[in-house]
Amino acid sequence: MHELYTKLKQYFPLGELIEQRDNLAFITLKQEQLRPVILHLRDKENYTHLVLLTAVDWLEDNIFQLTYLLSNRANATDIGLRVMISRDSASMESIHDIWPTAATYQRELREMFGIDFPDSPRVNDDFILEGWNDIPPYRRDFDTLKYSEQTFSQRPGRETKDPAEHMKQKLYPDGA
Amino acid sequence: MTYQPDRSQYPNKKADGSLDIDLKSGKFLKLWQGPQHPGITGNMSVELTVCGDEVVEGITHVGYLHRGFEKLMERRTFIQCFPIVCRICVPEPDFNEYCYAAAVEELAGIEAPEYANWIRTLILEMGRINSYLMYCGGQAGSFGMGVISQWTTYVRDLMLDRFEELTGARIYHMFILPGGVRDRLPEGFAQRMEETLCEIESTMSDVYNTMYCNAVFKKRSVGVGVIDIDLMDAYGVTGPNARAGGVAKDVRKDQPYLVYPELDFEPILGQDSDIYTRADIRRQDLLQSVDLVRQILAKMPEDGSLMAKIPSVMHWKIPRGETYIRGECSRGEYGYYLVTDGSGYPRRVNVRGPSYTHAMALLERMIVNLNIADVAGLMVSLHTYPPEIER
Repeated sequence: MHELYTKLKQYFPLGELIEQRDNLAFITLKQEQLRPVILHLRDKENYTHLVLLTAVDWLEDNIFQLTYLLSNRANATDIGLRVMISRDSASMESIHDIWPTAATYQRELREMFGIDFPDSPRVNDDFILEGWNDIPPYRRDFDTLKYSEQTFSQRPGRETKDPAEHMKQKLYPDGA
Repeated sequence: MTYQPDRSQYPNKKADGSLDIDLKSGKFLKLWQGPQHPGITGNMSVELTVCGDEVVEGITHVGYLHRGFEKLMERRTFIQCFPIVCRICVPEPDFNEYCYAAAVEELAGIEAPEYANWIRTLILEMGRINSYLMYCGGQAGSFGMGVISQWTTYVRDLMLDRFEELTGARIYHMFILPGGVRDRLPEGFAQRMEETLCEIESTMSDVYNTMYCNAVFKKRSVGVGVIDIDLMDAYGVTGPNARAGGVAKDVRKDQPYLVYPELDFEPILGQDSDIYTRADIRRQDLLQSVDLVRQILAKMPEDGSLMAKIPSVMHWKIPRGETYIRGECSRGEYGYYLVTDGSGYPRRVNVRGPSYTHAMALLERMIVNLNIADVAGLMVSLHTYPPEIER
């Protein structure tokens, strides 16, 4: 993977390389470099298969990490391209024209993280949620517990335990 | 005489590529297949626009089963996540357990014992058999052969008995956990498993004669629902759907995991990439899994360690990192993308199920120009499970 990274670096300004395994590496890119790098990997290096596209919310740094995982089926290696974008008015170029299946991932990210992908087909259509009017639920600042308490009523007589405390008591009943 | 559809009434495309469908014209009809419909693969629906009895557009709708697993896991410790991941896929839950456990082990620097890996492989192959048995029943049912599903459900139930004696549970086993597995094989397990495998082989022989050799099944499935070879990469097609088109890819061979390098098997390939070929690939895969289970039981060590040493689950923190673990499930590539941030909770877990691409973009592409009566057959032939889409 290091060899491929060196080769790519001749053409594109790349961030750090993290070699997770012999057949899996992650490369950090600038937002504007994503499309040319993807096209190069697809057309020249045989990374023809988009395995997944997802986001990680680094709330404390005010950034979203977008991970594009590409696979080279011929030599069974994977590259994860990591793009950091600002959480404020988060927007990213769509790649549905490169892989049509990316449109589904982008639609989900639009709904769950509030990341926009202009021109992606049906990107603003409801995907999983219907009539959702709160902040996108997979963002770290969306509090699932608070939402549940506000939205749903508790059945009388039901006792809710804090999972960590409950487990501690079960494992160490005498408080040791 | 071959049926020739009258395409003069078909909708034109607008400038943005969408179809110009005017329902008031009387030429088109909206038809919902699902979410409550015998010809739908689980909790999803397809919004069909039909012209006569031909589909001109199909849009997949999901969201009937969203339980927010990925978000739930961000509030749970690493060990608390393992009992819930299996619930992401009902018919073949064990892949979730394996992929999650392997991802945690890799980032935490833990290596599961060899004996545990043999048991993990055994469970995954047992799950594959069950998933294919369920598929066979569904595929036959989608073409009106209801009795096949009764036969396959019976033998699947026998395999559930084996799961129950091994794991204590029939559907959600919660048996593979980070570090290893929960228990060893019970006494006499191999003997009872052999009886079950023989029963499955006998039933599959009947299924072959009744379903695969049936003229109606062939007529309705040969040449229907062909996945063009050019679509394989564009739409991320994996597993039997890809192998039926001659794409010789099987994660068990390409990126071997667990004890697959010790087992003797070759990916089963087809050529025609239609519904019949996909069905036949899965039938052969099922029989191959029967053979793999026999190989595992014959080759695995008699005893060994079940669990690697893991930190106290109450204080288990994993350094910052990310990884992707994949495996070959009955429907294709199943994977877990795990990101950790040095705390005691996963930062992000993303589940990549094969149905995500097969039941959305691919199905919507393939459903066009299909006869309404073949929609169910096509959907089942892609072998999709909606819970993987909405996690």
